[in-house]
Amino acid sequence: MSPALINTCYIIASILFVIGIKMLSSAQTARRGNMLSSVGMLLAIVVTLLYNGLDYKWIVVGLVVGAVIGALAANLVKMTSMPEMVALFNGFGGLASLLVGWAEYEKIRAEGFHEYFLANAAPPVFTTTVIALAVLIGGVTFTGSVQAWGKLSGKLGSKAVIIPAQRLVNGAVLLGIVVLSLLYIFAFQLEIPAGTELWIFLALVGLSLVLGVLGVLPIGGGDMPVVISLLNSFSGLAACAAGFVILNNVLIVAGCLVGCSGLILTIIMCKAMNRSLTNVLFSGFGSTTQTAGAEVEGEMKPASIEDAYYVLEAASSVVIIPGYGMAVAQAQHVVKELGELLENNGCDVKYAIHPVAGRMPGHMNVLLAEADVPYEQLVEMDNINPLMPTVDVAIVIGANDVVNPAAAQDESSPIYGMPIINAHLAKTVYALKRGQGAGFSGLINQLYFLEKTRMLYGDAKATVSALVSQFKEQ
Amino acid sequence: MDLIQLVFIFVLAAFLGYELIKKVPSQLHTPLMSGSNAISGITIVGALLAVKQSDTKVILILGILAVILATINVVGGYLVTDRMLAMFKKKETRK
Repeated sequence: MSPALINTCYIIASILFVIGIKMLSSAQTARRGNMLSSVGMLLAIVVTLLYNGLDYKWIVVGLVVGAVIGALAANLVKMTSMPEMVALFNGFGGLASLLVGWAEYEKIRAEGFHEYFLANAAPPVFTTTVIALAVLIGGVTFTGSVQAWGKLSGKLGSKAVIIPAQRLVNGAVLLGIVVLSLLYIFAFQLEIPAGTELWIFLALVGLSLVLGVLGVLPIGGGDMPVVISLLNSFSGLAACAAGFVILNNVLIVAGCLVGCSGLILTIIMCKAMNRSLTNVLFSGFGSTTQTAGAEVEGEMKPASIEDAYYVLEAASSVVIIPGYGMAVAQAQHVVKELGELLENNGCDVKYAIHPVAGRMPGHMNVLLAEADVPYEQLVEMDNINPLMPTVDVAIVIGANDVVNPAAAQDESSPIYGMPIINAHLAKTVYALKRGQGAGFSGLINQLYFLEKTRMLYGDAKATVSALVSQFKEQ
Repeated sequence: MDLIQLVFIFVLAAFLGYELIKKVPSQLHTPLMSGSNAISGITIVGALLAVKQSDTKVILILGILAVILATINVVGGYLVTDRMLAMFKKKETRK
């Protein structure tokens, strides 16, 4: 196939990606959009296979192994484990881009610097720069994502970890990366021998991997929506850098689209927490139990399932506010059942979704969609807040910081200014919570101490199930 | 391809991406993320091109590894997104 024809197919693939993302703007067309996008990917892959001189035997092995692993993972993963799955896939994409950059460097070594760049359209310094970038971004994406996966799945503790002299260590690693990158990029001009250059390159790979680990280490579970979004963006940018390495338009377009998507999500998530990206990345938020903020008066008042049942039975409007605790307890199906029973009881039921509830953007929406909760009942934060004072009962299921009134009222609180769902304005609040401990941020939630709040301790799924059976018995 | 052209493409794609993704509603943010994640597996094209017959062993191994990882990313990403979107769509049609 001629290069012109291959490039035309790449353009078509790019168009399919763009249309695919465009169709994601509505739930009705989203699934078809995703399929179109995958057709674009298939086209790009098939056309690439038509290049001369490829080693098909190994390519088939690679494709089959990858496809089997990917398909198994995608079909076996539970909806509640979606954040860690996405994190892991991100990491694989990043590592693949790193390897593509590395392979091209090996090609330059094998062919010889002069021979390679005689045939290459880009200036040598440009190519070495983008190889360094592909390795750096890809490496950070890989180890960062693997660590995010570990934190999300609970395999590594989900707490933020602050290592001694963290700033110093990070600074040293960053400086090392800058120096090594410059040495690698200008290796030819500096007349560095090929053997030394290889070591510089390998050290750059190593330090990039280390940077990914160090970068995600001080970030706690509740800040994961930001981190996953950012790593998502990086995986795209790594592909983009790889695209500049091999001068391929489809990699650049697709990588750039993903880079944008991740970046926009990152910004949305940061805004929803009223924190800057630097604060999320470097502050080690939640690594220690913070004592800042006003002293709370009063006490947390536990309630029994029966009490809750009678109040709910009499309520005419209920707002359910889910959080990460609902995902952990896998309570989405019973929650939906409770919602239906309340509806049948003549009660108006809504679900209030905070943008950073859960561990990734849109996490709660996916879980409630899995449980088949009707769309009309899902309400975003800005739309539900004006209605909160008229609501009879707010049920908080495993959410904490996103309903903490301190964010709105207490200027000394570390989360002051973060937009919250105004659960405290409802007439009665029931909070489902596993124990009496503080939330992710280590803050005491003033909501729990209000006169109108009752606590329902225990596993969210068990508690909601108990409520459901109460309703059914009557 | 000409380098300047590629940079030009990059800049245009960035603006296009911004406009497109701004319009995705928050309820679809998870599928957007996993779907775009699958798209970032486009690096598979680079991986495939690395697996050439004439290459050295090192390049071959790097290339095959990259193909495997990128394929996991692509296949897994699209399938998982489809699984999620199927749940979203189910409700639409029932209503």
